[in-house]
Amino acid sequence: MHQRFALPDVGEGLTEAEIVSWKVRAGDTVAVNDVLVEIETAKSLVELPSPYAGTVVQLLAAEGSTVEVGSDIVVIGDAAAGAEPAGPAVPAEPAEPSGSAASGGAVGEESSGATLVGYGTRESTARRRRAAPPAPRPEQPQAPAAPASGPVLAKPPVRKLARDLGVDLADATPTGPGGTVTRADVLALVPSAPAEPARREDRHERERHVPIRGVRKATAAAMVESAFSAPHVTVFTTVDATRTMKLVRRLKEDPEFAGVRVSPLLLVAKALLVAVRRNPDINATWDGDNQVIVVKNYVNLGIAVATPRGLLVPNVKDADEMTLKQLAVSLGEVAGRARDGKAQPADLAEGTITITNVGTFGIDTGTPILNPGEAAILAVGKIAQKPWVHKGKVKPRYLATLSLSFDHRMLDGESGSRALADIAAVLEDPARALTWT
Amino acid sequence: MTDAAAGPARGEEMVQLLDATGARRAHPDHDVHLEPAEALEVLRDLVLLRRLDAEAEALQRQGELGLWAGSRGQEAAQVGAARALRRQDHVFPSYRDHGFLLARGVDPLHLLSLFRGVDHGGWDPVEHGVHPYTLVIAAQMLPAVGYAMGVQRDGAVGTGDPARDTAVVACFGDGATSQGEAAEALNWAAVYNAPVVFLCQNNQWAISEPVRQQSTVPLHRRAEGAGVPGVLVDGNDVLAVLSVVRSALERARSGGGPTFVEAYTYRMGAHTTADDPGRYRDAAEVDAWREKDPIDRFRAHLRAEGVLDDAFEERLAAEADAFAERLRAGVQDMADPEPASMFEHAYAEPHPQVVAERDEFLAAWARHEQDEQHATAGRDR
Repeated sequence: MHQRFALPDVGEGLTEAEIVSWKVRAGDTVAVNDVLVEIETAKSLVELPSPYAGTVVQLLAAEGSTVEVGSDIVVIGDAAAGAEPAGPAVPAEPAEPSGSAASGGAVGEESSGATLVGYGTRESTARRRRAAPPAPRPEQPQAPAAPASGPVLAKPPVRKLARDLGVDLADATPTGPGGTVTRADVLALVPSAPAEPARREDRHERERHVPIRGVRKATAAAMVESAFSAPHVTVFTTVDATRTMKLVRRLKEDPEFAGVRVSPLLLVAKALLVAVRRNPDINATWDGDNQVIVVKNYVNLGIAVATPRGLLVPNVKDADEMTLKQLAVSLGEVAGRARDGKAQPADLAEGTITITNVGTFGIDTGTPILNPGEAAILAVGKIAQKPWVHKGKVKPRYLATLSLSFDHRMLDGESGSRALADIAAVLEDPARALTWT
Repeated sequence: MTDAAAGPARGEEMVQLLDATGARRAHPDHDVHLEPAEALEVLRDLVLLRRLDAEAEALQRQGELGLWAGSRGQEAAQVGAARALRRQDHVFPSYRDHGFLLARGVDPLHLLSLFRGVDHGGWDPVEHGVHPYTLVIAAQMLPAVGYAMGVQRDGAVGTGDPARDTAVVACFGDGATSQGEAAEALNWAAVYNAPVVFLCQNNQWAISEPVRQQSTVPLHRRAEGAGVPGVLVDGNDVLAVLSVVRSALERARSGGGPTFVEAYTYRMGAHTTADDPGRYRDAAEVDAWREKDPIDRFRAHLRAEGVLDDAFEERLAAEADAFAERLRAGVQDMADPEPASMFEHAYAEPHPQVVAERDEFLAAWARHEQDEQHATAGRDR
């Protein structure tokens, strides 16, 4: 017998949750209370334990999708059921956001998309199940085309539309995912149906509607706040980083740095810290409420990290007091935690200045937007060999373009430019760090 | 390292009989000796309480409970205090005090039916000597003092008869100390010398608010202004809690008046299942407290004393499994209450306004059921 597990309301009065990651796959054997899936609600990130023992027959919701409370998310069969052919499982990595189930893609995705929609969610709420338990129906593999027989599948609003128009759903030709009858299918049965909704259906396939939420939403709010409260100025310089690259190679072989990740970014971070020491005004915040510029005597160095869940900027606390090795270890730790989705609230709070490494994307430079509350942000472009005039001759040298955006309320062109020139000077000749610190 | 992870403020000594490793410590005023059989019963109480909590949390995540307020980490504070009670004593719990219910013989399914939302908690407060849960913060504290004053007026204090002298326990948390009722309750108890023990389980977090933002002085000293002596005890040390609460109850029963006991402990899980503590506290703090686990500590002590062996552990593990299975099956079997039943317990005798409301409700319910049937018929066509 197959049991379906419907997404419960794990908070108080929640209506939906995002599937973050499945901890089981079709075919896995689970015991009662084994963790099935991690979900994120408006309130929290929680793991859902299995209410049933048996074999996972099918995952009904893709990672990244948003599911309504009460929708079935997984089918679990008796241990013996594992031998039966299971329905088409959700592909392991359909990280497409919700609303995209019908938006093209591979055939396999489309076929499984049907189950992402969660038709008939109302029938499967726990309350109903108790009130009138329906005979457990065997799961059928769902083909992309309409099922040969059985009840007509359609979402409740579509059923209502059909009822309102006096149309029998059984007469409609289902074109929706998993053989469901769509709004357009119902309207097609009505000769005078306005064409507009059909166009909308069509347009839906040409566009992808990504809900604005989570990290995206937070990023958007922070960027708007920053871009429209701090007047940004960006200055650029190209630097010969050949000596820096040599130093990176030497440090990689240095036994003291064994097991530590040494990258050009580490030396850029150090160069920025040296520059902050000489230009403390770039490590500051604008306190409009109290009409003061707060210049920090410590550096909590932020690093922009592209994570699977979006852009995060964790920072290394008191980076200015660290040895190069401590800095390397700390940068690795905070970035690693952010990438793994394990960033602590403290990791993301109280940054004072930020580096964004656009070079990792093969890009030469950019005009970064300030992390809100900070006075400056440094963008590092790709470091690559290019022709450069060195000691009077054109030679292949490692070049990089740096850009520094700063808040013109606090800093003028002169101070911002000096700070960037200092960073460039250290990267051009790392020995300068010795004379300047 | 945060304040909560580091322990109580400098200069504040906790009563402790077992350190974090389970080693026995001497204390000038407190000592407990448990016979092996009773010591194993205490371990059993701790383990079953933790299992109740784990099973209830899982049931909530599976949609079987509406909400759950976890007790993980606070087992010693509850089990130790409950063991100090006598039959005639009365407990006013908050909403996380599941250990008191188990200790007082309340069927935990009564507790789970409350969190499932099918009733208001069906245990008999008189039979078990434990009041219904109070979900409003600190609202149980004045009634607890009132009950204690009633005990006093019944002449059940200071008679010297161990079967008659009675004490009351008011359970609350660190956050409750910020409520006005807490101050009023302490003052009334002091002024009337009421036989009540104020048991504050300081689990360091009032949802997302840390203790340091609730009080400028250690909590057990908050009662001194009212004239109630305070004691700070390691809330993760079941023996110390037993000893301190036992003394405080004895003082109350003998007519010595109220005591404020601060059991210094930690909420290992979320405030409730609707909360995500990762948003406001560091994992490092939780890790530091995991090292002070109350059950591991008591286990280590019993092992060192030669009281606990593998055979008992195996029996206990099997009992806990069966206990969890009984809870799961019991919850899944709970029927939804008849909608009209909510009107039945509002007053002891029929009340015209409630009767009118009930009739109006039942008519609306019938219309709703009819609509649902139509909708179902439409779907099944």
